[in-house]
Amino acid sequence: MHDNLIIKTERLTKRFPMGKSEFTALKGIDLKLGVGEFTGLIGPSGSGKTTLLNIIGSLDIPSEGKAVVLGQSVGNLNAREAARLRKESLGFIFQTYNLLQVHTVYENVELPLLLLKYGSGERKKMVQDALEWVGLTDKIKQKPPQLSGGECQRVAIARAMVKKPSLVLADEPTANLDAANSHNILQTMEKLNQELKTTFLFATHDEKVIAYLKRKIYLRDGMIDKIEPIADDK
Amino acid sequence: MIKFLLKGLLRDRSRSLLPLIVVAIGVMLAVFMRGYINGIMVDMIEQTARFNTGHVKIMTKAYADNMDQAPNDLALTGVSELEKNLKNDFPAMDWASRIKFGGLIDVPDENGETKSQGPAMGIGLDLLSGNSDEAERLNLGRSLVRGRLPDARGEALLSEDFSRKLDVDPGKDVTLIGSTMDGGMAIYNFRVSGTVRFGNTGMDRGTIIADLHDVQEALNMHDAAGEILGFFASGYYEDETAAPFIKSFEEKYTDENDEYSPVMLRLRDQEGLSLYVDMTKSMGAIITFIFMVAMSLVLWNAGLLGGLRRYGEIGIRLAIGEEKGHIYRLMIIESVMIGFAGTIVGTAFGLGLSWLMQTYGLDISEFTKNATTGIMMPNIVRARITPPDFYIGFIPGILSTVTGTMLAGIGIYKRQTARLFKELET
Repeated sequence: MHDNLIIKTERLTKRFPMGKSEFTALKGIDLKLGVGEFTGLIGPSGSGKTTLLNIIGSLDIPSEGKAVVLGQSVGNLNAREAARLRKESLGFIFQTYNLLQVHTVYENVELPLLLLKYGSGERKKMVQDALEWVGLTDKIKQKPPQLSGGECQRVAIARAMVKKPSLVLADEPTANLDAANSHNILQTMEKLNQELKTTFLFATHDEKVIAYLKRKIYLRDGMIDKIEPIADDK
Repeated sequence: MIKFLLKGLLRDRSRSLLPLIVVAIGVMLAVFMRGYINGIMVDMIEQTARFNTGHVKIMTKAYADNMDQAPNDLALTGVSELEKNLKNDFPAMDWASRIKFGGLIDVPDENGETKSQGPAMGIGLDLLSGNSDEAERLNLGRSLVRGRLPDARGEALLSEDFSRKLDVDPGKDVTLIGSTMDGGMAIYNFRVSGTVRFGNTGMDRGTIIADLHDVQEALNMHDAAGEILGFFASGYYEDETAAPFIKSFEEKYTDENDEYSPVMLRLRDQEGLSLYVDMTKSMGAIITFIFMVAMSLVLWNAGLLGGLRRYGEIGIRLAIGEEKGHIYRLMIIESVMIGFAGTIVGTAFGLGLSWLMQTYGLDISEFTKNATTGIMMPNIVRARITPPDFYIGFIPGILSTVTGTMLAGIGIYKRQTARLFKELET
């Protein structure tokens, strides 16, 4: 079981300064996530899901406790090591897509590979593959303003997946999409989870997303409220 | 990655256009101002050198001490021999004896009675020997308004305004009334061969120019001259070159105990010109610095605005694993690209403006009408394009964009990753 763990947190606490006092966003979270899971952190706004996602994504560090991601303790990583963890092993999908508006679909998806210093031939093939996974090979030269919201989010998924990361963190990925596009996106991610064995961790309170999750971790006021066990594959 | 950045810069005009315009305008002004001010200052210095100070000037010690009075009773004697020696000792320079003098110009009527009179300052210089550059140096040919240049002894030029004031035309005689070298009264007749306008108010007000030998004869200064002027072959004053000349001259010719022994003064040591010479030398650096600071401030703000606009991009780049330092470095590389492009555009426009100013000049005669300084202001000021103008813009252009970006980028760089990331979401 331990060999199969991709995320493990122990008494994970995060406090933010608020004037002269402090606000505790996470209160002693104990969590384990295995390879290949399709799991969600579910809770209302302010429940701490984005903070937890940020720490797991090595964008922030715990105030207390431990968060081990892919065998590395996030709190002990320096900025360079944290960046390397994100660059090599993590993919991010955002609610607002966050595509680079002046760059084409191809260039947006290519960016993580540029940072990983892949050769141009290899990059081309990997970008093609990623765009095939999300069904956007015909939009390769278009720029984000020319795409629909659903297409933009599929580009964001391709960008997150192109380097075949071990873990994808998706923060409210369907919040800006209509129902049809949401299902389309979720099916794409589910397919990638099954085919590439990539672990997906969502932060969401969207029922459409929740319906797709195999495991549900409910957060309330910075604490785990309940965990629903891994569901059988649909 | 550089290709990726270039694409971003070319496509996102809001990111590149404003800084590029700021740099281009700043560099254009810097290049133009440098050429313009350099032109004015060099023109002033060279005009003063040609008419008054030379690049170096030799006088007796006593004459040098009272130089502003042009005391011909303290003039150099045996100048033909001295000039010959100077040509041997300093072959890189062109030497010219001159006599500055003052006097009254009297214009007689047909009966020989005084028709008009006026005070004049005069210059005696070599116009007739046939191997002198003096007429050319003072631009007499092109300054001629009426008549012709003197081609025989006894002929002189009057400044045009002066001749109009005295109501004397070319071909008429005038009488110089002055004092001889030994304090006697000098009366000498000249025939006005022509009139000139120098474009210098001080000179145009009342000047008579005659051949050196006539003036020597008029003022009883046989083989004597108040000053021997030396000019560099380049045509421009070379401050560093002049310094060792002084030392070498003094060693050979100057006797500290003899007030009539010759001394050599550099241009910078005459007429309070040292400040101007120093300013001319440092003007390029001063202008470059001023524009660099000004542009840096503007580009700092432009960089801050650009940085704010690019929070989303920076956030996503951090999220996919780019290091802050890498982002910061790439932002600086971007700024170098913008600075480089802006500098090329700005330099092209700046040189264009300078060329126009160099070719056509700007008439400032209205402002110099009553000028009384020792420095001779040309009536038409011109820019002067020099080789540094082609590359000097790169210093403020690139340094200011880099400084502006560095200052603006520090804010982003210091921000917590999670904070930046959160701002990206909002």
